[in-house]
Amino acid sequence: MMDLLTLSTWSPYVIGAAIGILSWFSFMFSRKALGTSTSYARTAGMLEKKFLKVDISQKPYYEKIVSRIDWQWMLVVGIFIGSFISAVLSGEFSISFLPETEFSSILNTTYTGRIFSSLVGGVFLGFGSRFAGGCTSGHGISGTLQLAISSWLAAVSFFIGGVITALLIF
Amino acid sequence: MTAEKKANLIKGLFTGIIFGFLLQKGGATRYNVIIGQLVLEDFTVLKIMLTAAAVGMVGIYILKNANLAELAPKSGSVFKSVTGGLLFGIGFALLGYCPGTAAGAAGQGNLDALIPGILGMIGGSAIFANIYPALRSFLSRGEFKALTFPEKYSISPWKIIIPLLGAILIFFYFLEKSGL
Repeated sequence: MMDLLTLSTWSPYVIGAAIGILSWFSFMFSRKALGTSTSYARTAGMLEKKFLKVDISQKPYYEKIVSRIDWQWMLVVGIFIGSFISAVLSGEFSISFLPETEFSSILNTTYTGRIFSSLVGGVFLGFGSRFAGGCTSGHGISGTLQLAISSWLAAVSFFIGGVITALLIF
Repeated sequence: MTAEKKANLIKGLFTGIIFGFLLQKGGATRYNVIIGQLVLEDFTVLKIMLTAAAVGMVGIYILKNANLAELAPKSGSVFKSVTGGLLFGIGFALLGYCPGTAAGAAGQGNLDALIPGILGMIGGSAIFANIYPALRSFLSRGEFKALTFPEKYSISPWKIIIPLLGAILIFFYFLEKSGL
């Protein structure tokens, strides 16, 4: 058992099946679907309220999603902690800014390039997930497993956009 | 905070810890694995997602039939899903993580995910929220009336799930056979 916890990678099929089962429990006991991207929008609302002193009740989108800490926001914090635990157990935890990769480009081998690619990439992810109404978890896993039309379309589009962009860069 | 709300937050945290642990063990929190998927050289990400969807859909539709779970499919339109999805894809390839795996990458020590990545996602969400009033009217155009495929075609979900499971298995068979 301990060996299993310290292994650095498990079979993707085992991981996928476990995430599928986790989604059953999450639907049953929390009445929620696994998802993450709305939490970044809630955080945006909380930050606008706190630091820019904006009256966010005047902004219809923040009215719609309500800027507060909820189940999903805690789930995102949990992902951070769970990944930390897994990485520490396998001895993989290490602090770095440039990601380790065999696909090198100016966008991931220089600090300026990486600040640019991660910041701009983040903006596209944040904007795109709000536009589509979900991300790789909310649409890609939770939506596809419910056989939702919007989610299958979004999930396919995530990969089309991603593959085209990646093939242009690398 | 009421006890119920607190319990809800703890359930979210606990679910997230398991989710993050699995994503990291699966390699999905690694930049190299995600970029490898997007250049079609490493299919780890799709294997995880499609297995999760396959296992998930069987259980969820059984639970739904037994009245143990309620579905919550998202509304949307072709325009919203495709435009938003393609923009998301650009970000996916630039950042090399998605919103969930970025939190996981931050947990394993990747500062590019933790600082510019997360700031960018918050910023992109804020841009959307601020221009939402102008976008709202055409975002709601062409909204789906039926939210799921079984509803749209008025058929039993199993008539979709069973062929879909077959297609996923065939896809995995070919991936493994070609060493991907």
